[in-house]
Amino acid sequence: MAEEQNKKPCRFWIWASASVVFRLILISFPGNLNLSSRPEVSTPLTSIRRLAEGYWLKQASMSPYAGSMYHGSPLLLSVLGPLTVQRIKGQPSHLLCSLVFVIADILSAMLLRGIGQKLQMAYGLNARLLGFLKSSRDKVILPCGDIAALVYLWNPFTIVSCVGLSTSPIETLAVILALFGAVTRRVPLAAFGFVMATHLSLYPATLAIPMIILLGYGLDAPPIKLFLQTRSVENEKSSTSTVTKQAKSKQTTHLPFLWKTVMHFLFWVLLWSLYVLVLCALSLNKYGGVEEMFKRTYGFILSIEDLSPNIGVFWYFFAEVFDFFRNFFLIVFHVNVLFMLLPLAIRLKHRPCFLAFVYLAISSILKSYPSVGDSALYLSLCALFVNELVDMKFSFFLFCGYLGISLLSPVMHNLWIWRGTGNANFYFGNAIGYACFQIVFVVESVSAMLNHDRALRRSSSNHGEVNS
Amino acid sequence: MASLVRSWIPLLILQSFLVAVAFGSKEAEQFSEALLLKPLPDRKVLAHFHFENRAPPSNSHGRHHHLFPKAISQLVQKFRVKEMELSFTQGRWNHEHWGGFDPLSSMNAKPVGVELWAVFDVPQSQVDTSWKNLTHALSGLFCASINFLESSTSYAAPTWGFGTNSDKLRYGSLPREAVCTENLTPWLKLLPCRDKDGISALMNRPSVYRGFYHSQRLHLSTVESGQEGLGSGIVLEQTLTVVLQPETTSVETNMQPSWSLSSLFGRKVVGSCVLAKSSNVYLQLEGRLGHESKNVDTEIEAHKLWKNADFDLSLKPDRVLRESSGLLFIFDIDKSSDSEPFDLGLNWKLPSKWSCQQAPLQASRFLMGSGNERGAIAILLKATESQEKLPGRELTDGRCTIKANIFQIFPWYIKVYYHTLQIFVDQQQKTDSEVLKKINVSPSTDKVSSGMLEMMLELPCEVKSAAISIEYDKGFLHIDEYPPDANQGFDIPSALISFPSHHASLDFQEELSKSPLLSSFKEKSLVRSYTEVLLVPLTTPDFSMPYNVITITCTIFALYFGSLLNVLRRRIGEEERFLKSQAGKKTGGVKQLLLRLTAKIRGRPIEAPSSESPAAESSFLSTKLIFKIILIAGAAAAWQYFSTDK
Repeated sequence: MAEEQNKKPCRFWIWASASVVFRLILISFPGNLNLSSRPEVSTPLTSIRRLAEGYWLKQASMSPYAGSMYHGSPLLLSVLGPLTVQRIKGQPSHLLCSLVFVIADILSAMLLRGIGQKLQMAYGLNARLLGFLKSSRDKVILPCGDIAALVYLWNPFTIVSCVGLSTSPIETLAVILALFGAVTRRVPLAAFGFVMATHLSLYPATLAIPMIILLGYGLDAPPIKLFLQTRSVENEKSSTSTVTKQAKSKQTTHLPFLWKTVMHFLFWVLLWSLYVLVLCALSLNKYGGVEEMFKRTYGFILSIEDLSPNIGVFWYFFAEVFDFFRNFFLIVFHVNVLFMLLPLAIRLKHRPCFLAFVYLAISSILKSYPSVGDSALYLSLCALFVNELVDMKFSFFLFCGYLGISLLSPVMHNLWIWRGTGNANFYFGNAIGYACFQIVFVVESVSAMLNHDRALRRSSSNHGEVNS
Repeated sequence: MASLVRSWIPLLILQSFLVAVAFGSKEAEQFSEALLLKPLPDRKVLAHFHFENRAPPSNSHGRHHHLFPKAISQLVQKFRVKEMELSFTQGRWNHEHWGGFDPLSSMNAKPVGVELWAVFDVPQSQVDTSWKNLTHALSGLFCASINFLESSTSYAAPTWGFGTNSDKLRYGSLPREAVCTENLTPWLKLLPCRDKDGISALMNRPSVYRGFYHSQRLHLSTVESGQEGLGSGIVLEQTLTVVLQPETTSVETNMQPSWSLSSLFGRKVVGSCVLAKSSNVYLQLEGRLGHESKNVDTEIEAHKLWKNADFDLSLKPDRVLRESSGLLFIFDIDKSSDSEPFDLGLNWKLPSKWSCQQAPLQASRFLMGSGNERGAIAILLKATESQEKLPGRELTDGRCTIKANIFQIFPWYIKVYYHTLQIFVDQQQKTDSEVLKKINVSPSTDKVSSGMLEMMLELPCEVKSAAISIEYDKGFLHIDEYPPDANQGFDIPSALISFPSHHASLDFQEELSKSPLLSSFKEKSLVRSYTEVLLVPLTTPDFSMPYNVITITCTIFALYFGSLLNVLRRRIGEEERFLKSQAGKKTGGVKQLLLRLTAKIRGRPIEAPSSESPAAESSFLSTKLIFKIILIAGAAAAWQYFSTDK
């Protein structure tokens, strides 16, 4: 038994280090295997080439946002900018940047593992509380942390966006840092991750809801009603989980909401955002200040000015739509991201981490400039819920879909852009297919999670009946 | 009647001329015409028409002009134009054979299409407005689409790369503008004699547009009078440069073709324009020919200049000027008349060869890369043979250097990465600090402004070739932004290469006559050359798709929204209960049957329908109905109220 437990982490470390070595081999190829020019990998927001241009403009004492090249954060510019011009003799250019991205990937994987271990513990605890897990042999709890970390490290999407020199590994790291902070209740860390993620790519702003729930109510758990039902049946003693502690202390139907922690979180968010804004203002002192930054980053994201093809559906839509309706559709599409926030939050409030995953998946579908890096993030977050999502439908179909799209996309792009034998509809059709698969994925995972809760309720009521 | 009118016209013109002379003793408006003919080394002939119209600064005439075109003076007054140049060009100037280091080529070798630049005399904030208004006015005046230069994506404000240092300068060019006779006619209208009389009568449209190159140029500059109260004078310079191929019967390929004015243009000059102060025809012979005869002392020597073993001229020149590289024959056409038209001819007897003086570096520009996603622009500067002989080399830090300015406008859909700028000198990559002396970049903003690159290179004198390359991404446009022939591609305007330390001027050894053409040649002009226009194909979307794309994308959104909401909303237990209660309420035969069937399949007994009294049901329904009706009526009333209120 102990041997087995020792073995598992060992195997994990072997696989993790193998993925790092694989990355290091890939980045040592010259020209980054032309991955950095792929529209699937680098979007106008995450392209390192544009970042280098912004840095060059800044060095030439111009605003980095002059022209329509750079749309990222000024902080990222001052961190990564110097690395884009540093060349080591005999090594491919941008090697240092690639190393930064590899480190970001490793960190993300480790944090994911941390999140997963917490979730796994909570899952086991809850299951034991509800009485499904009489003994550990009864049903095996998968080590979701290790799985998620390995899925993240070995996901081709992650590898491609790490090697392909897009800044999305850093954005991913910020998002995972925020979740990690919230899961481990390190409020300042959570606030920092949240502020950085929002600052880098705007869409993680939706994570505010799951993070507040996470800090207020605690980790993912089956609905509270179940506990109350089970408690009335059996009084089992244990444990250190916050959920059970609270549930124990008050025998009400409502879980106490930890206002103090949430306020603490909000305070830190305020503090960090002030800090970030001041830093940005300092670095853009001469070039229009923070206002210019908001216009060129968030404004660029929201107004979808760049119509170059990517794997989303917006570029072609806004290249074709009549100018008269442009603003209307802009509003409709952006509001669509926000529309589902509340229904999802109501329905999944007992599972904040899963809620965060769903929000990230939705924003990756409806993003103005999506890349495979966003998919990599939500796919690995999905792996955190292997225990709950075992009964997910269409998983093989979806796997084939993702595989097919990622193989077809370069082909279609090549046919259209390089050979000129196809036209834009080829690539757009591919993007539509990708969007459909993502939608099916989100819908099915939500449905599987709800079904899981339903099954829990049913079995617990059966359990109760049997016991009584 | 008609003959009467016709006889009156010259009289009237004469009268007005006399009046003009009487009024402004010294400050009269002056018009002069000139034609320069020049055989070119590649068996072609260059004809350069030059008309100059001067309106001196004066208030005596108010806004009235005798010779000066009113349209132009109004333009200058209204938009406060300090200096302006407009050129319409078709064909490409051959720098190798037609010269690149003389005033003629540096001023008249223009980029294809329309080029316009103007310096304004208005506050900085109003420059752009003035420019926009000016483009519209010129567009109307010259029947060309100059108004496309109005949009901020098509013009730029060069700081120093253009040669004129002014912050009120605007520059724009339209490479695709087709130039034809409808642009020439309004241009000729500005001349006092139009094309009816004098030298301009030679402009026979078929022969002008048959040429290899033609460029019509209009340059105007205002001359500030020092005195107060006086307005500013205007100098309007109109030139037309044509390169023609004389028809030749000789079979010898190395023999220069003989030509005459009538064979080139199909017309002859019959008398000068009455209103012109001077009207001359010049014949410039370059190269070896000039150097042959060193001294023009005697009458026989002079005669030998125009009738010798090599060639002879059909008319005796009035004067012969010698300049550094050749001979200039001057003819006065005042003496010609209807009976004795001026028909200058040049007859070659022996094959002869000479070469033109070229700019220190010859520039060409090309595109690199394939596909519709990205590419690179390269400008190649090649040393010419005459480079070593040229003056204007500079010694900096003991090194001999050539300076070259490059000025380039990029349309916004060419998204240039300035950090990828690479400079190769003699095929070796150089760092910026080695050769790049100055650089000024204004990056383009999508759909708002065009990009501009100005840079000054300092190359060593012994350079053989220098290449500059810069990478770009191709933009993707909205379907409305594509021109009707979207698949033809988009033009990148010519780059301008100028050599700030080299100046071209003709150096006449004798004291100069007062001819405006010659004085403009004597002025030092910046040596500049334009590169080719580049054609960049951009990817096109499917133009027939907007409705399909809108509907398909919206379907995706509906799919997302609908299915996710459905999953969230569905509660299986409640659904079953609801279905059962529904089934119980409506006791239709078929439904009952179905219910039984489903019950059988599920293996559960049929639940009894809810036992609510039908009366209560109906009353509940009716209150609901009444409430709904009231709500709708209220909404309708409110709508009516608000809509009629406006």
